[in-house]
Amino acid sequence: MKSAVVVFPASNCDRDAQVALEAMTGKKPHMIWHGDSEMPDVDLIVLPGGFSYGDYLRCGAMASQSRIMRDVKAKADKGVAVLGICNGFQVLTESGLLPGALMRNADLKFVCRPVGLEVNETQSAFTRKYEHGQRVTFPVAHGDGNYFADDETLDRLEGEGRVVFRYAGGENPNGSARNIAGILNEKRNVLGLMPHPERVVDPLLGGTDGRGVFESLIEALS
Amino acid sequence: MKARVFVTLKNGVLDPQGKAIGNALHGLGFGAVGDVRQGKVIDIELTERNEDKARASLKDMCEKLLANTVIEKYEIELRP
Repeated sequence: MKSAVVVFPASNCDRDAQVALEAMTGKKPHMIWHGDSEMPDVDLIVLPGGFSYGDYLRCGAMASQSRIMRDVKAKADKGVAVLGICNGFQVLTESGLLPGALMRNADLKFVCRPVGLEVNETQSAFTRKYEHGQRVTFPVAHGDGNYFADDETLDRLEGEGRVVFRYAGGENPNGSARNIAGILNEKRNVLGLMPHPERVVDPLLGGTDGRGVFESLIEALS
Repeated sequence: MKARVFVTLKNGVLDPQGKAIGNALHGLGFGAVGDVRQGKVIDIELTERNEDKARASLKDMCEKLLANTVIEKYEIELRP
Protein backbone atom coordinates (compact mmCIF):
# COMPACT_ATOMS: atom_id res chain seq x y z
CA MET A 1 0.00 0.00 0.00
CA LYS A 2 1.45 3.34 -1.08
CA SER A 3 0.60 6.29 1.10
CA ALA A 4 1.15 10.03 1.48
CA VAL A 5 0.82 12.42 4.40
CA VAL A 6 -0.04 16.07 3.74
CA VAL A 7 2.03 18.52 5.78
CA PHE A 8 0.35 21.84 6.51
CA PRO A 9 2.06 24.68 8.36
CA ALA A 10 1.54 23.75 12.06
CA SER A 11 0.59 20.14 11.44
CA ASN A 12 2.05 18.35 14.45
CA CYS A 13 1.00 14.72 14.00
CA ASP A 14 2.43 14.39 10.51
CA ARG A 15 5.45 12.57 11.87
CA ASP A 16 3.27 10.32 14.05
CA ALA A 17 1.35 9.36 10.91
CA GLN A 18 4.60 8.84 9.00
CA VAL A 19 6.07 6.58 11.68
CA ALA A 20 2.85 4.57 12.02
CA LEU A 21 2.49 4.12 8.24
CA GLU A 22 6.10 3.07 7.84
CA ALA A 23 5.87 0.62 10.74
CA MET A 24 2.62 -0.88 9.48
CA THR A 25 3.23 -0.94 5.70
CA GLY A 26 7.01 -1.30 5.61
CA LYS A 27 7.13 1.61 3.17
CA LYS A 28 7.92 5.24 3.86
CA PRO A 29 4.95 7.44 3.02
CA HIS A 30 5.43 10.46 0.79
CA MET A 31 5.38 13.66 2.84
CA ILE A 32 3.59 16.26 0.71
CA TRP A 33 3.81 19.98 1.45
CA HIS A 34 0.48 21.83 1.38
CA GLY A 35 1.73 24.21 -1.31
CA ASP A 36 2.39 21.41 -3.80
CA SER A 37 -0.15 21.05 -6.54
CA GLU A 38 -0.18 17.33 -7.15
CA MET A 39 -0.32 14.19 -5.06
CA PRO A 40 1.87 11.27 -6.08
CA ASP A 41 0.12 8.10 -7.18
CA VAL A 42 -0.88 6.57 -3.83
CA ASP A 43 -3.59 4.32 -2.38
CA LEU A 44 -4.05 6.32 0.81
CA ILE A 45 -3.81 10.03 1.64
CA VAL A 46 -3.57 11.00 5.33
CA LEU A 47 -4.48 14.47 6.57
CA PRO A 48 -2.74 14.58 9.95
CA GLY A 49 -3.56 16.17 13.28
CA GLY A 50 -2.26 19.52 14.40
CA PHE A 51 -3.21 23.16 14.31
CA SER A 52 -2.88 23.97 10.61
CA TYR A 53 -2.51 27.71 10.04
CA GLY A 54 -2.78 28.25 13.78
CA ASP A 55 -6.50 27.40 13.63
CA TYR A 56 -7.04 30.90 12.17
CA LEU A 57 -10.65 31.75 11.31
CA ARG A 58 -11.88 28.21 12.11
CA CYS A 59 -10.02 24.94 12.64
CA GLY A 60 -9.19 23.53 9.22
CA ALA A 61 -10.66 26.48 7.30
CA MET A 62 -7.42 27.82 5.86
CA ALA A 63 -5.97 24.37 5.21
CA SER A 64 -9.09 23.41 3.25
CA GLN A 65 -8.22 26.21 0.80
CA SER A 66 -4.58 25.24 0.34
CA ARG A 67 -3.35 24.24 -3.09
CA ILE A 68 -2.82 20.53 -2.43
CA MET A 69 -6.43 20.16 -1.25
CA ARG A 70 -7.68 20.67 -4.83
CA ASP A 71 -5.85 17.53 -5.82
CA VAL A 72 -6.86 15.70 -2.64
CA LYS A 73 -10.51 16.43 -3.53
CA ALA A 74 -9.97 15.26 -7.11
CA LYS A 75 -8.29 12.06 -5.90
CA ALA A 76 -11.04 11.46 -3.34
CA ASP A 77 -13.64 11.83 -6.11
CA LYS A 78 -11.78 9.17 -8.05
CA GLY A 79 -11.98 6.80 -5.07
CA VAL A 80 -8.55 7.15 -3.45
CA ALA A 81 -8.82 6.49 0.30
CA VAL A 82 -8.45 9.59 2.47
CA LEU A 83 -8.00 9.41 6.26
CA GLY A 84 -8.36 12.65 8.22
CA ILE A 85 -7.30 12.48 11.85
CA CYS A 86 -8.22 15.23 14.33
CA ASN A 87 -7.28 18.45 12.50
CA GLY A 88 -7.44 16.33 9.34
CA PHE A 89 -11.12 15.60 10.14
CA GLN A 90 -11.70 19.35 10.56
CA VAL A 91 -10.04 19.97 7.17
CA LEU A 92 -12.32 17.34 5.59
CA THR A 93 -15.53 18.93 6.91
CA GLU A 94 -14.31 22.43 5.98
CA SER A 95 -13.51 21.30 2.46
CA GLY A 96 -16.89 19.65 2.02
CA LEU A 97 -15.51 16.12 1.67
CA LEU A 98 -17.44 15.17 4.81
CA PRO A 99 -20.74 16.62 6.07
CA GLY A 100 -21.22 18.56 9.30
CA ALA A 101 -18.80 20.68 11.30
CA LEU A 102 -16.52 20.37 14.32
CA MET A 103 -17.26 22.98 16.93
CA ARG A 104 -15.64 24.10 20.16
CA ASN A 105 -15.83 21.36 22.83
CA ALA A 106 -19.06 21.77 24.77
CA ASP A 107 -17.23 22.43 28.06
CA LEU A 108 -14.67 24.75 26.36
CA LYS A 109 -11.80 22.60 27.63
CA PHE A 110 -8.99 21.18 25.54
CA VAL A 111 -9.21 17.43 26.13
CA CYS A 112 -6.10 15.26 25.96
CA ARG A 113 -6.51 11.69 27.20
CA PRO A 114 -7.28 8.12 26.10
CA VAL A 115 -10.96 7.68 25.28
CA GLY A 116 -13.04 4.52 24.91
CA LEU A 117 -14.67 4.07 21.50
CA GLU A 118 -16.96 1.57 19.86
CA VAL A 119 -16.37 0.39 16.34
CA ASN A 120 -19.84 0.96 15.02
CA GLU A 121 -19.32 -0.08 11.42
CA THR A 122 -16.98 -2.69 9.97
CA GLN A 123 -18.17 -2.44 6.35
CA SER A 124 -15.39 -0.05 5.43
CA ALA A 125 -11.84 -0.15 4.14
CA PHE A 126 -10.79 1.51 7.40
CA THR A 127 -12.38 -0.86 9.91
CA ARG A 128 -12.88 -4.28 8.28
CA LYS A 129 -10.34 -5.92 10.63
CA TYR A 130 -12.30 -4.92 13.73
CA GLU A 131 -15.31 -6.74 15.17
CA HIS A 132 -18.65 -4.94 15.07
CA GLY A 133 -19.16 -3.26 18.44
CA GLN A 134 -15.54 -3.82 19.45
CA ARG A 135 -14.39 -1.53 22.22
CA VAL A 136 -11.08 0.22 21.54
CA THR A 137 -9.13 2.98 23.25
CA PHE A 138 -7.57 5.78 21.20
CA PRO A 139 -6.13 9.02 22.56
CA VAL A 140 -7.83 12.32 21.79
CA ALA A 141 -6.19 15.75 21.90
CA HIS A 142 -8.40 18.58 20.70
CA GLY A 143 -10.28 21.70 21.65
CA ASP A 144 -12.72 21.62 18.73
CA GLY A 145 -14.05 18.10 18.32
CA ASN A 146 -17.72 18.65 18.99
CA TYR A 147 -19.34 17.09 15.93
CA PHE A 148 -22.40 18.95 14.73
CA ALA A 149 -24.79 18.34 11.84
CA ASP A 150 -28.53 18.87 11.43
CA ASP A 151 -30.85 16.02 12.42
CA GLU A 152 -31.53 15.08 8.83
CA THR A 153 -27.79 14.65 8.12
CA LEU A 154 -27.28 12.70 11.36
CA ASP A 155 -30.19 10.37 10.52
CA ARG A 156 -28.76 9.84 7.08
CA LEU A 157 -25.25 9.10 8.41
CA GLU A 158 -26.69 6.54 10.81
CA GLY A 159 -29.10 5.07 8.27
CA GLU A 160 -26.35 4.56 5.70
CA GLY A 161 -23.92 2.97 8.18
CA ARG A 162 -21.50 5.87 7.95
CA VAL A 163 -20.95 6.45 11.67
CA VAL A 164 -17.82 4.33 11.99
CA PHE A 165 -16.64 5.23 15.48
CA ARG A 166 -18.69 6.35 18.47
CA TYR A 167 -17.53 7.45 21.89
CA ALA A 168 -18.44 4.61 24.26
CA GLY A 169 -21.13 5.20 26.90
CA GLY A 170 -20.19 8.05 29.22
CA GLU A 171 -16.94 8.74 27.34
CA ASN A 172 -18.03 11.56 25.00
CA PRO A 173 -15.26 14.11 25.64
CA ASN A 174 -16.58 17.04 23.62
CA GLY A 175 -20.36 17.02 23.34
CA SER A 176 -20.47 15.47 19.86
CA ALA A 177 -23.96 14.82 18.50
CA ARG A 178 -25.01 11.18 19.02
CA ASN A 179 -21.53 10.39 20.42
CA ILE A 180 -20.08 10.53 16.91
CA ALA A 181 -16.29 10.21 16.81
CA GLY A 182 -15.73 9.30 13.15
CA ILE A 183 -17.72 9.28 9.90
CA LEU A 184 -17.44 8.16 6.28
CA ASN A 185 -18.41 10.00 3.12
CA GLU A 186 -21.13 8.63 0.89
CA LYS A 187 -18.69 6.68 -1.29
CA ARG A 188 -17.06 5.27 1.87
CA ASN A 189 -13.50 6.10 0.77
CA VAL A 190 -13.07 9.13 3.06
CA LEU A 191 -12.95 8.73 6.86
CA GLY A 192 -12.60 11.55 9.36
CA LEU A 193 -12.21 10.95 13.09
CA MET A 194 -11.13 13.03 16.06
CA PRO A 195 -9.30 10.28 18.05
CA HIS A 196 -5.77 9.29 17.00
CA PRO A 197 -5.35 5.66 15.81
CA GLU A 198 -1.79 6.45 14.63
CA ARG A 199 -0.73 7.04 18.24
CA VAL A 200 -1.67 3.53 19.35
CA VAL A 201 0.15 1.19 17.00
CA ASP A 202 3.04 0.32 19.33
CA PRO A 203 2.83 -1.12 22.88
CA LEU A 204 5.60 1.28 23.92
CA LEU A 205 3.20 4.14 23.26
CA GLY A 206 0.46 2.72 25.45
CA GLY A 207 -1.52 0.44 23.19
CA THR A 208 -2.07 -1.16 19.83
CA ASP A 209 -5.82 -0.63 19.33
CA GLY A 210 -5.14 1.69 16.39
CA ARG A 211 -3.37 -1.00 14.36
CA GLY A 212 -6.72 -2.26 13.10
CA VAL A 213 -7.26 0.89 11.03
CA PHE A 214 -3.95 0.38 9.21
CA GLU A 215 -4.35 -3.41 8.95
CA SER A 216 -7.80 -2.85 7.42
CA LEU A 217 -6.42 -0.37 4.90
CA ILE A 218 -3.53 -2.64 3.98
CA GLU A 219 -5.92 -5.54 3.39
CA ALA A 220 -8.40 -3.41 1.45
CA LEU A 221 -5.96 -1.42 -0.67
CA SER A 222 -2.96 -3.65 -1.31
CA MET B 1 -15.16 50.83 -0.18
CA LYS B 2 -15.06 49.24 3.26
CA ALA B 3 -17.02 46.24 4.39
CA ARG B 4 -17.72 44.80 7.79
CA VAL B 5 -18.74 41.16 7.92
CA PHE B 6 -20.43 39.73 11.01
CA VAL B 7 -20.18 35.96 11.43
CA THR B 8 -22.29 34.40 14.17
CA LEU B 9 -23.53 30.93 15.05
CA LYS B 10 -26.95 30.06 13.68
CA ASN B 11 -29.85 30.10 16.07
CA GLY B 12 -30.16 26.74 17.76
CA VAL B 13 -26.45 25.95 17.48
CA LEU B 14 -24.97 25.65 20.95
CA ASP B 15 -22.58 28.50 21.73
CA PRO B 16 -20.57 27.45 24.79
CA GLN B 17 -18.39 30.58 24.62
CA GLY B 18 -21.44 32.81 24.65
CA LYS B 19 -22.76 30.84 27.64
CA ALA B 20 -19.47 31.23 29.50
CA ILE B 21 -19.47 34.99 28.82
CA GLY B 22 -23.06 35.19 30.09
CA ASN B 23 -22.13 33.33 33.27
CA ALA B 24 -19.16 35.64 33.81
CA LEU B 25 -21.36 38.71 33.37
CA HIS B 26 -23.79 37.30 35.94
CA GLY B 27 -20.81 36.71 38.24
CA LEU B 28 -19.92 40.39 37.90
CA GLY B 29 -23.38 41.31 39.08
CA PHE B 30 -25.01 42.13 35.74
CA GLY B 31 -28.21 40.40 36.72
CA ALA B 32 -30.17 41.71 33.74
CA VAL B 33 -28.10 39.68 31.26
CA GLY B 34 -30.07 37.02 29.40
CA ASP B 35 -28.84 34.87 26.53
CA VAL B 36 -25.38 35.79 25.18
CA ARG B 37 -24.10 34.80 21.73
CA GLN B 38 -20.64 35.63 20.50
CA GLY B 39 -19.24 35.88 16.99
CA LYS B 40 -16.61 37.45 14.76
CA VAL B 41 -16.24 40.77 13.01
CA ILE B 42 -14.09 40.90 9.87
CA ASP B 43 -13.23 44.28 8.30
CA ILE B 44 -12.36 44.18 4.63
CA GLU B 45 -11.13 46.99 2.38
CA LEU B 46 -12.25 46.67 -1.22
CA THR B 47 -11.10 48.39 -4.38
CA GLU B 48 -14.54 47.73 -5.92
CA ARG B 49 -16.62 50.91 -6.10
CA ASN B 50 -19.88 49.43 -7.34
CA GLU B 51 -22.00 48.54 -4.33
CA ASP B 52 -23.91 45.68 -5.95
CA LYS B 53 -20.75 44.09 -7.23
CA ALA B 54 -19.05 44.52 -3.86
CA ARG B 55 -21.98 42.92 -2.09
CA ALA B 56 -22.06 39.98 -4.50
CA SER B 57 -18.35 39.46 -4.10
CA LEU B 58 -18.56 39.62 -0.29
CA LYS B 59 -21.39 37.10 -0.29
CA ASP B 60 -19.18 34.78 -2.32
CA MET B 61 -16.32 35.29 0.18
CA CYS B 62 -18.64 34.43 3.07
CA GLU B 63 -19.92 31.27 1.39
CA LYS B 64 -16.44 30.09 0.37
CA LEU B 65 -14.35 30.98 3.40
CA LEU B 66 -15.45 33.55 5.96
CA ALA B 67 -18.40 31.58 7.35
CA ASN B 68 -19.01 27.87 7.70
CA THR B 69 -22.65 27.86 6.67
CA VAL B 70 -23.26 24.50 8.32
CA ILE B 71 -23.14 26.27 11.68
CA GLU B 72 -22.76 29.99 11.00
CA LYS B 73 -24.70 32.85 9.44
CA TYR B 74 -23.31 36.13 8.21
CA GLU B 75 -24.30 39.74 7.69
CA ILE B 76 -22.58 42.22 5.42
CA GLU B 77 -22.35 45.95 6.10
CA LEU B 78 -20.95 48.28 3.42
CA ARG B 79 -19.52 51.74 3.93
CA PRO B 80 -18.18 54.06 1.24
